[in-house]
Amino acid sequence: MDAAELVARVAAGERRALARAITHVEADSATGRAVLAGLYPRTGRAHTIGVTGSAGVGKSTLVAALAREQRRRGRSVGIVAVDPSSPFSHGAILGDRIRMQDLTADAGVFMRSMASRGNLGGLAETASGVVDVFDAAGYDAVIVETVGAGQDEVEVATATESTVLVSTPAGGDDVQSMKAGLMEIAQVMVVNKADLAGVETTVMQLRGLLAIAPPRGWQPPIVKTVARTNEGIGELVDALDKHRAYLRGSTHAEVERRELARAQIIALARAALYREALATAAHEGVLAGLVEEVATRRRDPRAAAQALLAAVWRHRSGAHEA
Amino acid sequence: MTTEQRTIRVLIAKPGLDGHDRGAKVVARALRDAGMEVIYTGIRQTPEMIAEAALQEDVQVVGLSILSGAHLELFPRVIAELKQRGVDDVLLFCGGIIPEADVPAIQAMGFAGVFGPGTDTGVIIEFVREHAKERA
Repeated sequence: MDAAELVARVAAGERRALARAITHVEADSATGRAVLAGLYPRTGRAHTIGVTGSAGVGKSTLVAALAREQRRRGRSVGIVAVDPSSPFSHGAILGDRIRMQDLTADAGVFMRSMASRGNLGGLAETASGVVDVFDAAGYDAVIVETVGAGQDEVEVATATESTVLVSTPAGGDDVQSMKAGLMEIAQVMVVNKADLAGVETTVMQLRGLLAIAPPRGWQPPIVKTVARTNEGIGELVDALDKHRAYLRGSTHAEVERRELARAQIIALARAALYREALATAAHEGVLAGLVEEVATRRRDPRAAAQALLAAVWRHRSGAHEA
Repeated sequence: MTTEQRTIRVLIAKPGLDGHDRGAKVVARALRDAGMEVIYTGIRQTPEMIAEAALQEDVQVVGLSILSGAHLELFPRVIAELKQRGVDDVLLFCGGIIPEADVPAIQAMGFAGVFGPGTDTGVIIEFVREHAKERA
């Protein structure tokens, strides 16, 4: 299937074409880019939701419960579950389907597992592309699940309109160690495993953190859930629906939409620049020479970085459009 | 722009009712360590669930693990469900407790590899690498 055919078939709701389109987008192939360009005008209808939080807070179970509740409300759901690739082998075991077994049998749900593939900055780029494919395919809600461990995940939050930050009552360390960046991108705070002791302490800590955050038009609500038993899931979807209404309806919405677009463009440009710098460094042996100079203290690392950038520009102006 | 080879994506699934997935996990880990992306779906999968997962995940390879002895009943149903969804170009292999006498029948169904207990994971890795079909 070429790009034009994929676009037509994804738009027509063909599941196999959707799966293949995602593969191309994930590989960042020429076909993938053409597919995204073709599909983009069809996007903007889905409610895109990010779910992030440390390992072990119950994200997969929460996403499954969230998807079921969306289904109960008559909405189709696309799910993207991101797991880390091994930094050594670049392989990955993607096990999120285990907690979403029952959803596999539901024709109104399409779930895709994705490995982070270790490309700095590129994860956000890829995730936002996959979200766009689901959106264009007509899914009412698109949920992206990521491990909230680093900068990558903060950027992935730019791929979705509403970000849910998940923590647990596990001693409060979780909340204390939350990255400042993550707190600021969250529109809904969830304290999952709320049947464990210490839940009120965690809620209070979150309130405290929100109180010292800069004032925003949208005040993130704190929702207590027990994803395993579905407790609080209706309330969570209510909160998300409210945020969506806020985004789409308020005078502030246009500002936020532009802010999201700005963040996306910058993240994409940065990822593209990064890739080009790496490609140049590898192809012309530029990097090896610079490494030698810096390691032997003949050149400082900042000057070396400038030299690498200069090589990228030279490479650029010499290259033809591929 | 990217000329990189496509990352091999493999679905490892356990059809039927056996509740023991040691072998499937060993294979999943070995393929991961060989640089592949392995989607592992857990135990007690119906043929429909396996085929649907293969479609959604757009894998090039499907590996089935079975210990219960129901392979001659379940494998054809997995293949039928895959075909019904238009997933007709995946590499199929299987492992577990499969009597020698059943191997020809399973190969005839379309399984390119049948790996019994004690197979060196290196053999499976080589098999997948060699046979994973490149798709446009």
